[in-house]
Formats: sequence, C-alpha cells, structure tokens
Amino acid sequence: MLRRLASLPVVLLCVVTITFFLMRLSPGGPFDSERKLPAAIEKQLLAKYKLDGTLLEQYSGYLKDLLHGDLRLSTKYRNRSVNEILAQTLPVTLTLGATALLIAITAGVWLGAFAAARPGTVAEGGALAAMLLAISLPSFVLGPLLILIFSIKLAWLPVGGWGTPIQLLLPAVTLAIPYAAVIARLLHDSLRETLAEDFVRTARAKGLTERAVVYRHALRVAILPVVSYLGPLAANLLTGSIVVETIFHIPGAGGFFVNSILNRDGFLLGGVVIVYCVLLMLFNLLVDLSYRFLDRRIRE
Amino acid sequence: MKTFTGSAKVAALVLAGMGLLVLAGPLALPDSHRLPSPLTYAAPSIAHPCGTDMNGRDLLLRIMEGGRISLLVGICGAAISLFIGTTYGLIAGSAGRGTDNAMMRLVDVLYSVPRLIFILIFINAFNERLQLAANSQGWEWLVGSSRLVILILSLGVIEWLTMARIVRGQTLTLRERSYVAAARVLGEGYWTILRKHILPNLAGIILVYLTLAIPSVIIDEAFLSFLGLGVQAPQSSWGSLLAEGAASINPLKGAWWMLLFPSLALLSTLLALYSLGDAMRRSLSSKNH
Repeated sequence: MLRRLASLPVVLLCVVTITFFLMRLSPGGPFDSERKLPAAIEKQLLAKYKLDGTLLEQYSGYLKDLLHGDLRLSTKYRNRSVNEILAQTLPVTLTLGATALLIAITAGVWLGAFAAARPGTVAEGGALAAMLLAISLPSFVLGPLLILIFSIKLAWLPVGGWGTPIQLLLPAVTLAIPYAAVIARLLHDSLRETLAEDFVRTARAKGLTERAVVYRHALRVAILPVVSYLGPLAANLLTGSIVVETIFHIPGAGGFFVNSILNRDGFLLGGVVIVYCVLLMLFNLLVDLSYRFLDRRIRE
Repeated sequence: MKTFTGSAKVAALVLAGMGLLVLAGPLALPDSHRLPSPLTYAAPSIAHPCGTDMNGRDLLLRIMEGGRISLLVGICGAAISLFIGTTYGLIAGSAGRGTDNAMMRLVDVLYSVPRLIFILIFINAFNERLQLAANSQGWEWLVGSSRLVILILSLGVIEWLTMARIVRGQTLTLRERSYVAAARVLGEGYWTILRKHILPNLAGIILVYLTLAIPSVIIDEAFLSFLGLGVQAPQSSWGSLLAEGAASINPLKGAWWMLLFPSLALLSTLLALYSLGDAMRRSLSSKNH
C-alpha cells in the first residue's frame, strides 16, 4: 500500500510531462493568426504567458508553478487564470459525474442481481439482452435520441442547460446507462459463479429463501469485481462527460477541454488533464483501500 | 454443448449485410446523389430513403460511405491493438514474476487514466506535423488521409489493455502444461516455445477479443469524430454524421432522420459485433471446462 502511495507522484509527473510535450508538439503557437503580430508585441505576449525561453526552461518553469498550485493563464480566455476557469466549471462536471456514477452503480447492481437470481428464465434472458443493447448505445447516440424523444417530441424534460435537478436527469442517465450495463454484466457473471459455491449451498440448506441467499450472502462476495471496476469506470465517466456536456450544453470543464484543443490553449488543456488525473488517482486510491478492506473481511 | 446460438447467426448475418452495404452500396446509387442539391433537409422518400442533409446530399449514400471509414478504423485499429496486446501479454505471462508484476502494474495504471483524452491531444497535435512532412516529401496519398492514419494508429495504441490481460492469464496457465515443459527440456528457445506451443493455443481467445475490440475502437472513433476532433470533412464517419444529426434536431427544424439513420447503422453494427463476440466467448469457455 505504501508503495502504491509512493508511485502516485511518479505517475503524476509522467502525466504532466506527457501533457506538456504533447501540447508543444503542434507547430503553431497560440498567438498565430491571419495577421502577423509586430515582433515586440509578440515577444511581450510570450513573456506574459511564460512561453519564452528554451523548451526545457519552459518545462521546469511550468513544473515549478504547478508545485505552487498555479495552473497559469489561459491564452484564449485572456485575463482568466486556469485555476479560475476550473473553479467555476469543475463542480459542474463533478456533480454530473457523481450522479452518473451513483445511477450506474445502483441500476447496474440491481439489474445484475435481478438477472442472476433468476437463472434460465425469460427474465434473465431479457435482462441480458437489455444489457447488451445498453452497452452498444454510447452516450453520443443515446443522448441526442433521448433529447429527440423526451424533450422535443414529448416535451417532458428540458433540452439542456444547467442549474436545476430536472436538468441534471437526462444527461446523468445518458452518461450512466452504458456503464450500468457493464456493471450488471460483471455482477451477473460473478454472482452465477458464487452461487455455485459451498457456502451458498450451506445457506440454502439452512432453509433461507433464494432472495436472502442471493442478496445477503452471495452478493457480498460477488460484488468484488464490481468494486475493482470502479477505477476504470470513473475514468470512462470523466471522458464520457466531455461529450455529454457538449450534447446538453452544460457549462462544465469538458467543453473547455475541447475548445482548448481547438484554440491551442495549452495551459488550460494541461490544467484540465492534470486535475482530471489527480482526481482519478485519488479515487483509485480510495477504491483500492476499500477493496482491500472488503477482501480481507471476506477472507477472515 | 451449444456452439452457436440463433442470435449469433443473426449477428453474423447483420455484419455481412452491413459489409456488403458499405462496400457495394455506394456503387448502386446514381452519382447525382453525391452532389449538393437544392433539396436540403428533405424527409425520407423513395428517391432518398434516408432523406437528405443540410447540403441536399443523399443521407443513405453518406451513411454507406461513412461506414467505410468507421469500419476501416475499427478493423485496422483492433488489429493493431491485437498485435500489441498479444505481444505484451505473452511476454508478461512468460517472462517471470518480477517482469510480470511490473508489466501488469503498468496496465492497471493505464486502465485508470483517461487514455482517450491523451490520444485526443496527440492526434490534434501530431496531425499538422505529419501534414507538413507529407507535403514536403510529396506523399500525396498521406496529405488527404493523414488524420485517418493517425486515428487508426493511436486508437490501436489504447485499446490493447484487455487483450494483454487475457493473453497473459492464458499464457500463465499454458506454460505450466507438460508439453511446454517437454519442449523446454528438449532445448527449444524461449521465443520458439512462445511461437510454436503457446501462441497457437491462444488463437481462439485472441479471435474472440478481436471481435470485442472492433466495436470499442469504432466507439472511440465515433466519440472523437462526434466532438469534431476525429475524422474531418470532406471525409465523414458515423461519428461525424451523428454530430450533424445531433445539431439538426431542435424544435424548429426536426430533421430526425439525420439522427435516426446514422444511429441505427452504428447501433446495429455494435450490437452485432458484441453479441457475436459474446457467443464466441461462451462457446470457447464451455469447450475449455
């Protein structure tokens, strides 16, 4: 565990380095435009945004600023710092992501257990088919279709925007559904395996109902693969939220991410990537801890 | 033992149909469908079964041509990921404990990093470099499709993790088999054993995960193109058609066909690939047990 903790800064340094040099790979600069700027003004601009000096100097300067918690200035949204932009947009993205995570876990666990508790029935077959369908429905297909049905044809829900819980519903569901299906399948397969084990037979022999066997005894063991999937799931949700924010016009960090690539806004891009990675690493650490805790309790 | 269920047969048929449609379909339509016409945003009709887009081009033709790109990226990207994943998994599974631990730790880290985000940055940063190089070297074929080439390469580079895990697990069990031990005693080298004794036994499982990797790569490509950061005009893929479709549904102009038909094309392909891969995996695991 301690080794795990020690490896975090190393991974983070790799992330920062890769992002920095990827940003610098493209030949154009952020201030290139149709009209050439006068040399003196360009020099001043480069100095203000700390883009002067050799690549190595810029890199070490960037690292130094990062260590002080300064993500620097955006080159597109002049006079706004990356910290400021992220402080406004990140809570939006995180709310969306956390809601989707909650929906994915709840719906996935419920559907997986539902299917596994009814082996060989039409209900199981139907649930499995629904999972397959949901996995094949990426958010950029599902989102516009849901808008078309619920917001335009039926006019039950708002087309987009942000601020009220009702506006959160459609995007969070769009983001969650494919991953709920992944969780359901994972849980279904692992429950089927667990239900064949000895301790489950003992529980059945005690005369417990099938419901109690599945939900009280088997589920506790079978949930482990789902717990270890939470790390990759969080990464997928953060990536997926970029497209969901675009579809539903949500003012989150994802839209700024896409724009920062198009505008060659290097420090904004770097800021989003670095903050995403830090969040994911912390989340993974938490998942890892809880996995070890759960696993040990089961072994004992 | 059930080998292939009915749904797998349906899936194979859907895929064959989609392949035929995408390859031969554009030839069957008149050339005039390719050109912009005054008939913009026309609803589905007999002349245009899927309607027309904002420039009056036939949507069916665009879906078929977009499918070529989507499927090309999916198949080539998955083939690259297969190559990387198999090599990585074989080495991790056979090189000994320390190497194995280190290599699998890297896979774990990569799993929980938003890989697609890095690829996105990479594609957009590297594309111009490649274009400049292609222009100066006079490689004309590369100028038009540099983005596509980078897209295929980089998506192949991120989707190999699952393949590596599965291959590594199988290699770990296979290398304990007595015929591998026999080969070792007979003095066969490390690479010879991998190539002659372990790799052939992995063929089935590799094929299964290739089938499952293709839809993942197709989804990744569509994700990038949907954001406008993947395939770019004049080329289009199902992802960029979907982006146009999503942009053209609003209460004022309800061009639902522009969203529905690309969605159906993508959905049926993904569903067919996933269910085929699933059926193959089931039949393989029931054979092994």
